Amino acid sequence: MTTAAEAPTRPDHVRQSERGEPVTFLEAIREGIWEEMERDESVFILGEDIGAYGGAFKVTEGMLDRFGEMRVIDTPISEIGFTGAAAGAAHMGQRPIVEMQFIDFISCAYDMITNYVATSRYRQAGGLPMVIRGPSGGGVRGGPFHSQNPEAAFFHTPGLKIVYPSTARDAKGLIKSAIRDDDPVLFFEHKWLYRRPQLREVLPSEDYTVPIGKARTHREGKDLTIVTYAAMVHKCQEAADLLEKEDGLDVEIIDLRTILPLDEQAILESVKKTNRLLVVHEDTRTGGIAGEIMARINEKAFEYLDAPPLRVTAIDAPVPYSPPLEDYFLPQADDVVKAARYLAGY
Amino acid sequence: MASRPRAAPASIPHDLSRDDLLEIYRHLRRTRTLEEKLANLFRQSKIVGGLFRSLGQEGESVATAYALDRRTDGTGDMLSPLIRNLGSMLVMGATPTEVLRQYMAKGDSPTKGKELNIHFACYQRGFIGQISPLGDLVPVMAGVTLTFKQRGERRVGMVYLGDGATSTGAFHEGINFAAVQRCPLVVIIENNHYAYSTPTSKQTAAANFVDKADGYGVHGEQVDGNDVLAVYGAARRAVDRARTGEGTSLIEVLTYRRKGHAEHDAQPYQSKEEIARWESTNDPLDRYVATLFANEWATDEELTAIAEEVDEELDRAVEEAEGAPMPEPLEALDDVYADARVTAPWTRREPPDPRG
Repeated sequence: MTTAAEAPTRPDHVRQSERGEPVTFLEAIREGIWEEMERDESVFILGEDIGAYGGAFKVTEGMLDRFGEMRVIDTPISEIGFTGAAAGAAHMGQRPIVEMQFIDFISCAYDMITNYVATSRYRQAGGLPMVIRGPSGGGVRGGPFHSQNPEAAFFHTPGLKIVYPSTARDAKGLIKSAIRDDDPVLFFEHKWLYRRPQLREVLPSEDYTVPIGKARTHREGKDLTIVTYAAMVHKCQEAADLLEKEDGLDVEIIDLRTILPLDEQAILESVKKTNRLLVVHEDTRTGGIAGEIMARINEKAFEYLDAPPLRVTAIDAPVPYSPPLEDYFLPQADDVVKAARYLAGY
Repeated sequence: MASRPRAAPASIPHDLSRDDLLEIYRHLRRTRTLEEKLANLFRQSKIVGGLFRSLGQEGESVATAYALDRRTDGTGDMLSPLIRNLGSMLVMGATPTEVLRQYMAKGDSPTKGKELNIHFACYQRGFIGQISPLGDLVPVMAGVTLTFKQRGERRVGMVYLGDGATSTGAFHEGINFAAVQRCPLVVIIENNHYAYSTPTSKQTAAANFVDKADGYGVHGEQVDGNDVLAVYGAARRAVDRARTGEGTSLIEVLTYRRKGHAEHDAQPYQSKEEIARWESTNDPLDRYVATLFANEWATDEELTAIAEEVDEELDRAVEEAEGAPMPEPLEALDDVYADARVTAPWTRREPPDPRG
């Protein structure tokens, strides 16, 4: 997609895919945003400390120099203010990207997102093509306000889409789809994945997207289905490898990638094949995404089940800070192994 | 419509022509009469839900919006009204039949029966309806006007909020954002003395709402909200500042809400004497007409003719709206997303046959 005329203006740190070099999860997102901003002048980004500083995690590094202060906007600490401003710009045909410095702070804009943004198309006030993105998730000792997974709070809001990728390839393809989508998309970036060396991969050098609303079979198997997303995909992979080695269990892992709308078809197909379902998420348990998935399986695939569906989730508590507390709070591969064994032996 | 080729007498202020003055009168009349007709329909149970009146506030609604560059091709100024800015909406080109169909929840209303009353948008004519969480349109209009700035368009935005909404976080965050970005935005604070039943003394400890302008580093002005031409002047100055790159302004208009919060509200918190005093001595239409006559800017015959035209226009609109169809139930599934209709599961009953 890059023309010869554009190429020289792209600095090295966003040319890795172009050169066939592997990128991290974070770099994949940066490339995706960068390429969309090059491609479409109506795309701009706003948030706290994203300009000269390049963002708390450096996702927007270099963007101010390349795109200027009218398209890379440092904002006051005002989640309602800049989320609302993004909505106004989207009304005018812009495609804003809102960066929440930590996704925990998205709750400050809860009213603007659920009451204003999510309902706009339905109210006939016009669809709002905007992305709200930010670092989410635990395991980095961030404590109660730098570790949350608030997706379930928005899962219940018709009008929104929610994307939560687990690989660099999906992250880049999905951020591009999110930016091009005509409806508001919440894009969660698990910060534990941002710089993990194991996630570095070589991405296509040409423009590509990954569709919103489509799950991905992360690992094929026949004995048991694990439906999960984000960082837990990798914890489940670890568990599946162990279950294969020690128990001879052949586990299928469905990576949802998009939480809203749910790819119900993909979940149903897998469960009808394996007859056993385990849902794993890092978010807390009560009112979480897992409950909805299990309800749908109960409604639509009850007779296919050989065991009661189970959930492995964080416990119903705020995210604690101290390592022993957080490690216990978060679902671990061991928990997945234990639940899978229960299901397999049922 | 603000500049028909007719020389204005020198004594008319703010570069307004005599035609402008009559046009303003027409909008004032339309606002008040439309609300009277809505009140009749409400009493006949033909309105779905509540009715919100702006009696006593029509002057500032009409005058502020009249200061904008109003177009119908999506290149003019943008405005976001409050529930009591029917007058602003009519000035921007919203039609009485649209408003009536909205209030009757009709299927061909601007929101297709999805949203209430004057909560509707038209980007061609330049208005974005409010939503009920007050103050939210301040950040939204900051973003609208940010876009004007990003694109180098000489367009202006205007957003209304009441004395009550100045207490919201959205107001604070929105005006601060606009101020920092020097957005071409005019923020109108309508101080009508009550937020539902709550008096301003319980809303703020500030002596005046206009004092908040200093805190945000924006231009501030306070104006007698029931003096139509004074309001126009203040709005015009703020709009001109915005258009010439001088950033955001805050205008406090002092007015009074003579009806309850909505038609159901018997307003026990307002004394009858207080209401009567405003009605008899400080009604914006009475004052405006008196000004027109005192300066010989209009004749009784002219105003009477306008009032009759307005009455006819609105009677036609009521008739049209009453005959409009209600929405089909299944339309509840439309327009949640651009790319897919939401589905109803089989456990939900089938929708009724629209043909009965």
